[in-house]
Amino acid sequence: MIDVDGLTVRFGGVVSLSDVSVTFPSGICGLIGPNGAGKTTFFNVLSGFVTPASGMIKADGVDLLTLPDFKRARWGVRRTFQTEQAIEGLSVFDNVATVYEHTAKGGGGAARKAAVDEALEFVGLVEVANDLVRTLPAKERRFIEMARAVVGEPRLVLLDEPGAGLPDEETAQLSAIIRGIPERTGATVILVDHDMELVQACCEWSAVLDFGRLLAWGPTAEVLADEKVLAAYLGGDEALEETHS
Amino acid sequence: MAGLRALVPRREFQVAAAVAITLAAMFLVPALFTGFWVARFSQTAIFTILASSVGLLYGRVGLVSLGQVAPYGIGAWVTLRLAFATSLPFPILLIVAGLVAAAIGVMIGLPALRVSGLYLALVTLMLAASVEIILSQIKFPNGGGGFSGVVTQLSDIAPMRRPGFASSDVAYYRFIVVAAFIIMMAVAFVLTRKPGRAWASIRQSEVSALAAGIDVTRYKLYAFAIAAFMAGVAGGLFAGTIPKGLSLDPFTRQAAIFLIAAAVMGGIRSLWGGLAAGILATLFLAFLTQNVWGHQLWTDFSLSLFGFGLLMNLVQNTKADEKKGIAS
Repeated sequence: MIDVDGLTVRFGGVVSLSDVSVTFPSGICGLIGPNGAGKTTFFNVLSGFVTPASGMIKADGVDLLTLPDFKRARWGVRRTFQTEQAIEGLSVFDNVATVYEHTAKGGGGAARKAAVDEALEFVGLVEVANDLVRTLPAKERRFIEMARAVVGEPRLVLLDEPGAGLPDEETAQLSAIIRGIPERTGATVILVDHDMELVQACCEWSAVLDFGRLLAWGPTAEVLADEKVLAAYLGGDEALEETHS
Repeated sequence: MAGLRALVPRREFQVAAAVAITLAAMFLVPALFTGFWVARFSQTAIFTILASSVGLLYGRVGLVSLGQVAPYGIGAWVTLRLAFATSLPFPILLIVAGLVAAAIGVMIGLPALRVSGLYLALVTLMLAASVEIILSQIKFPNGGGGFSGVVTQLSDIAPMRRPGFASSDVAYYRFIVVAAFIIMMAVAFVLTRKPGRAWASIRQSEVSALAAGIDVTRYKLYAFAIAAFMAGVAGGLFAGTIPKGLSLDPFTRQAAIFLIAAAVMGGIRSLWGGLAAGILATLFLAFLTQNVWGHQLWTDFSLSLFGFGLLMNLVQNTKADEKKGIAS
């Protein structure tokens, strides 16, 4: 469970997130909104790359904001990026092992091999485990990131547009992987994506951000049918006025 | 795709090739070449270590350091001073020199935590310049007393002692080749372990490395320490090749720029590039000056080529750095 309270982020005079309060239950939650709504900024706050002006984030009772960025990763915050970041110069196995060996449990040897093999099996990359990443196509690289996100014992998995650029068939595979994460790891997953089918298929609950404000929160189907949300996606002015009043 | 992978030589093959080259360097070179060329080959082995230290920082971690001549000079200084002042075995001197250089290397690395690309290149060049000034003031030890160990009476200058088992030129050359082999193997080993993987992550994207739980600060300083240790040992080995007193020339700003240019031209992505840089910077230039008509022209031309290659590389990498960063 991730408890966010009164989160505000400013870059100079620009308010990227304004007094956002929301509680993500365990399982998979969606985080949607038009471009520039503050979704990635929200992830950057959770990962520790952006320091908020005010607010509080409690994850499983731990005050996340007190931990520096790399220690949050060790505690169990995992992150994928809009542009995939699989490490080109390493093999698929080493990509996943690198994340594992810096976790709290860490270590090498048989435990590491077992954990990495399990993660590769989960995303279906066992056959290419020893291939160099730079020789692999886009789908495999995306799935390496998923394996990096689930290896070991993640507690909070942040997926930033994992389906961007994937054709439908591969998005279906991705969807199955995402839906398997909570059961496999017990982690809370927050999914940012513009593909509403993917969000609907994976997320029981969803939050909607618009201009840095929390526009809506609730069961995904209801949220997506909300007039305010539809207006925000169409760029309607009425939605703005309503949320500001 | 599988074909591409098959083209990359396997690790065992690379180790075997390194052993073969080392043995050939140890036994064929003294048998086939004159003393002049054996001395050039000594410089090749030393430069290979030095260029690989630059390659480790730049090619593996993405840190452009022009400051590697500083630990190189400091390693030479410490080895010289201890060789005159103590009776410690020579290999111990080299290790001490490496450790002192590593400490200095970490200090050079501190600004790297704030700046990158061309800016880091400038900052480290200035640090190298400051070490150059200090060395020119206190001079290299040549057997005198006190901290700086300098005698002014030229006739009193003694050559630095070499290892008892390797006092002749050829034996000392072999000692350098073996030392270079050990260092390169140790680096190759580290690159396949946890630090090597962490460095590969950092080189690709610091943000993604942090998101993977990698303590980027610590691993950057670790890289600077190891690279400076290599340069320090290379400096100690170099000190033993000079018959009468070290000059400042190999440790100046010009030398710093020549070093990174040669390292880049040799190739920074692989340890073999260090060897290629060593051959380019020593044997190749010596060959031009000894054997080719109009050698001054050729030497100047190849140095210009080195500089041009370096500049293109830096500009390209700085552009790539700017494109990287967190997607918003």
